[in-house]
Amino acid sequence: MSRKPVEDRTTIIEIEGVSFSYGGHDILSDVNFTLSKREFAGMVGPNGGGKTTLLKLMLGLLKPATGTITVLGSSPLDARRHIGYMPQHAQIDPSFPARVLDIVLTGRLTGGRLMRYSSGDRERAEIAIAEVGLSEKRTSMFSSLSGGQRQRTLIARALVSDPKLLLLDEPTANLDVSMEAQLHRLLRKLNERMAIVLVSHDIGFVSEYATKVICVKKTVVLHATSELCGDTLREMYGERIRVVRHDHDEDGRATGDCRG
Amino acid sequence: MNEFMRAVAEYTFMRNALLSGLLASVACGVVGTLVVVRRIAFIAGGIAHCVLGGIGAAVYLQTVRGWQWFDPLYGALLSALLAAVVIGIVSMKAKERTDTVIGAVWAIGMATGVLFLSRTPGYGGDLVGYLFGNILMVRTSDLWLLGILDLVVLVSVLIYYDQLMAVAFDEEYARTRGIPVDLFFIGLLLLTALTIVLLVTAVGIVMMIALLTIPAAIAGRFATKLSHMMIWGAILTIVFTTTGLALSYSPGLPAGATVIVLSGVAYLLVVLVTAPGGRLRFLPVRRHDS
Repeated sequence: MSRKPVEDRTTIIEIEGVSFSYGGHDILSDVNFTLSKREFAGMVGPNGGGKTTLLKLMLGLLKPATGTITVLGSSPLDARRHIGYMPQHAQIDPSFPARVLDIVLTGRLTGGRLMRYSSGDRERAEIAIAEVGLSEKRTSMFSSLSGGQRQRTLIARALVSDPKLLLLDEPTANLDVSMEAQLHRLLRKLNERMAIVLVSHDIGFVSEYATKVICVKKTVVLHATSELCGDTLREMYGERIRVVRHDHDEDGRATGDCRG
Repeated sequence: MNEFMRAVAEYTFMRNALLSGLLASVACGVVGTLVVVRRIAFIAGGIAHCVLGGIGAAVYLQTVRGWQWFDPLYGALLSALLAAVVIGIVSMKAKERTDTVIGAVWAIGMATGVLFLSRTPGYGGDLVGYLFGNILMVRTSDLWLLGILDLVVLVSVLIYYDQLMAVAFDEEYARTRGIPVDLFFIGLLLLTALTIVLLVTAVGIVMMIALLTIPAAIAGRFATKLSHMMIWGAILTIVFTTTGLALSYSPGLPAGATVIVLSGVAYLLVVLVTAPGGRLRFLPVRRHDS
């Protein structure tokens, strides 16, 4: 494998023949896909279909049973300092005594270091907080924030290490329509300098904003966003799905049409 | 209260009691905060009760086998560290029912202590001291060991504060940053073990879990940062141990139990008058905008 600097790579993720099982159940089998620089992939699929598992495999939190995962030309474990990760915020104890700034700073940590945060770390954290539009809240407690602000805090934490790849797990959960538009504007801006994989239940959000759709249901099927229509969804979720096209303009007014 | 001040001025055992209370309090506030935010009070309880096994073994070896140098405090230290490693590994490896295993280790540790003490002639009275605290029995030589333990705990937390905070806030994320999360978990349990040894003489094995959690829990209702929670936790523990010692002196009440009841009452009052986040109840709530 060639050793190009991370900045010059055009292929960000290469997944070949990956399978993973847990407790005797196959969660994923024979997954293949690649993701290039500047791509914005939406990952959709039914609950238990393996979306979060696939994300954790890319982060090196889980090891595949077979197949290889290459991130930025190396193993996920070696690449992880270039990966920004935003977990589902439901897994975090909201009563934890920490301010926005303290939380974002944790994104500056790496394995080997012993030193406390430097002034450079603090500057980087301030920049990331400004980028997600939370500067006014930088010394507010996490517990005092709204759901959307908590999500933006966790995105800032993912950005503070200057990642080349951003992995977001359900960033659209609990967002209202205007916050969703705000999140989209932010992600589009970030996409200019990093590849993005976004896991979501919200097919509407993905079909509207992503450049590539990764459908995960034990295995993976790739679609261009425009292909995401009734047939592919029926294939993935089963018969009982109805596609409702429901667009919103920036102010959150509904504009779309509905198709049964 | 005057009588207490006079006793402190006059008697070495009172000064030792006060000083060991102060030493225990500092580590207790700091480590107690981590125990509370990581929700490992049950694990801490397990380690605490295992300490009786080590104390029992030490007393037995000292009295029956003639190992004069093997102080019960050393036995407590060894068994606490051993229990921390065993319980830590079990909680990481066993995916299910770790509470069952911790509960079993908890009781087995105590039972071992009871068996050893039953084989040691004339030690029935000491059992009560270890279970419920014997702060008035602290010797000047013990203070040195307690001081070293305190120093180890504080320096470790000071060096690794950023990592400890990151792991406590979001363990999985810390893992993706390459932080050795499992090592930090075992490390935290070892620090908890050292703190528990500091607390054995102050409030005893059975009641220490209250002192490890209550001051930190009170501080947690007001603190905006983990470090503030640690500092206020330590200050509150100092207030509780010192006041408890003073209040118990004149009427001759057991000091450990007085400290625990005092901190329990304080916690109850704080829970009643404040909402989580430190706001006073019965005041209009100011809504934050989203």
